[in-house]
Amino acid sequence: MPEGSAAIVARGLTKVYGRLVAVDHVDLDVGEGEVFALLGPNGAGKTTTVGMLTTLLRPTEGTAIVGGYDVVREPDMVRRVIGVVPQEYTADEDLSGWENLMFMASLYGIPRDEARRRAAELLEMVELSRFARVKVESYSGGMRRRLELAMGLINSPRILFLDEPTLGLDVQTRAAIWSYIRRLKDEYGMTILFTTHYMEEADLYATRIAIMDRGRIVKVGTPRELKDSIGGDVVTLNVDNMAAAKEVLRSAGIDAREYDGSLVFKLRDASTALPEILRALMGSGIQVRRMEVSEPTMDEVYLEYTGRRLRDAQASSEEAFALRATLRRARS
Amino acid sequence: MSSRRYGPLHGIWAVANRELIKWYKVPFIMGISLVQPVLWLALFGKAMNLGNLFTSSSLQIPGLDLPSQVIDELGRDIMLRVFGVTDYFSFLAAGMLSFIVLFMSMNSGMSLIWDRRLGVLNKLLTTPVPRSNLVIGKSVASVIKSLAQASVVLLVAVLLGMRFRAGLSALDFLGTYLALFLLSMGLSSLFLLLALRSTSWESQMMIMNLVNMPLLFTSNSFYPLQMMPWWLRDVAVFNPITYSNEAIRGLLLGVPGVNLYLDFAYLAAFAALFTGLLALMARWMLSR
Ligand SMILES: Nc1ncnc2c1ncn2[C@@H]1O[C@H](COP(=O)(O)OP(=O)(O)OP(=O)(O)O)[C@@H](O)[C@H]1O
Ligand SMILES: [Mg+2]
Repeated sequence: MPEGSAAIVARGLTKVYGRLVAVDHVDLDVGEGEVFALLGPNGAGKTTTVGMLTTLLRPTEGTAIVGGYDVVREPDMVRRVIGVVPQEYTADEDLSGWENLMFMASLYGIPRDEARRRAAELLEMVELSRFARVKVESYSGGMRRRLELAMGLINSPRILFLDEPTLGLDVQTRAAIWSYIRRLKDEYGMTILFTTHYMEEADLYATRIAIMDRGRIVKVGTPRELKDSIGGDVVTLNVDNMAAAKEVLRSAGIDAREYDGSLVFKLRDASTALPEILRALMGSGIQVRRMEVSEPTMDEVYLEYTGRRLRDAQASSEEAFALRATLRRARS
Repeated sequence: MSSRRYGPLHGIWAVANRELIKWYKVPFIMGISLVQPVLWLALFGKAMNLGNLFTSSSLQIPGLDLPSQVIDELGRDIMLRVFGVTDYFSFLAAGMLSFIVLFMSMNSGMSLIWDRRLGVLNKLLTTPVPRSNLVIGKSVASVIKSLAQASVVLLVAVLLGMRFRAGLSALDFLGTYLALFLLSMGLSSLFLLLALRSTSWESQMMIMNLVNMPLLFTSNSFYPLQMMPWWLRDVAVFNPITYSNEAIRGLLLGVPGVNLYLDFAYLAAFAALFTGLLALMARWMLSR
């Protein structure tokens, strides 16, 4: 178990909708203070999993302990220690950012003075102080996400759930959101569980990642472990005699592909193994002109475990989000 | 923060307060919802002033030369015996108080449906506010709006010539508000109950439109029970609006033969039943 005691423990967590198994016997162990990512494409069951962990949905089967409390038997206790930033926007559009925060504070029974202080502090943090008195209706997508984040933090939760916190945002805004989240983490040391289908996000910010696909968790590990698990680093060599080099590599048990005039192969623990290989190549009179070692990307990891590229999933998810936003606008 | 203690009523006021803030931010909607009852008052109450039917000018029978005082006397007598008051306008005005309460309380379910559709509900359900208090808070907001609107209708009625009974006391007004409060609590809870699982505001609107007129016309809002055919009377005695009307007419207008104990007992039972049912159903209907 990484980093201290467990903040979230799930065993066999399952949610069935009619004949569809949206979440299928999920086991999770998230340690206190971790930043844990649930990575997966549309319909993988991320939101449903978060829904069960945040007492919004009743599991069909299985158990989950969040912050030391059972989500089915002690939901009221769980609700006290968690903060939730759902995938959908949840702020009241008819109210200002300030009013939304004060409303959230009142739901947690936070005394008025403390609530005011906290709301001001949070608006400051997400850089919305200037827009505090403006109706949420006129906020941009990025501003709304930032407000949602502030709303999820009003009760200083021990465990924060973020469901696609940066979905549909441009690169700068995404970076800004993550800088707030990191600061929070540093300041309050809270445990964070977030879902995403941006691999870079999981890679950059998560201490551990669970890859989810079709309701199942197919792999859990640190970004490093996940990348290592698919066969190490990717080595690209530019040599004068490709055929001979390939032969040498094969005798070392390495299967290299020709790609763009270079040889490409995966190598576990490249930093120690590569010198050996270079020696062998030069021993056979092969000239190495250029050499490159790169880590496998999360995209490759993802492909390995789900048989799909996440890039496609990403595009369709953004489309779905845009559609929802349009529908929302259409009703008013 | 988890050591914070929550009472059994935790969150009710917080939820109600949000609704009220949204409400008084848009005075236009407040005004709009007053149009109907005020129109009824002004047009129906004034034009259909049934008292005029029985005055010397309208009741002059040719060949029978009755002195006009006798006819006026007779007319007053008929009005008193049927309506319990001498002017129909006051009778109707008292009925309009329940009407505006019905009109306002019916909307209670709409805010729940919008909260669900816009995702706000998902957020509310992850806070430590008990499910029952989330909906009761909405009910309370609806009651406060209803009573505020009823006050405006009462004021307009007085300006248009509503006459109270002799020896009116503050207690009578207190009783009036209590009756309206109970009626509103029951109706708000009833319509929230219908909205507990719904995501469709269209169907909620349909229900509202379907039941508002029948509820009104199967009560004694426009005419007293004695004037109704037996089958309508049999329905009207179950309608809570009948009881609030009766109580209010007894208190404000001094209509005789009113059993206040029965009226308040019925209204209290109505409010308690549906508020209780709402709280109970919310516990499992709001979770999925
Ligand atoms: N209330 C529901 N009734 C029926 N099916 C549902 C319901 N909610 C979710 N599902 C289905 O469960 C599956 C998992 O959905 P979920 O929203 O958890 O996925 P997700 O990983 O969050 O996807 P996304 O990236 O689109 O947010 C989907 O196939 C979805 O259609
Ligand atoms: Mg989702």
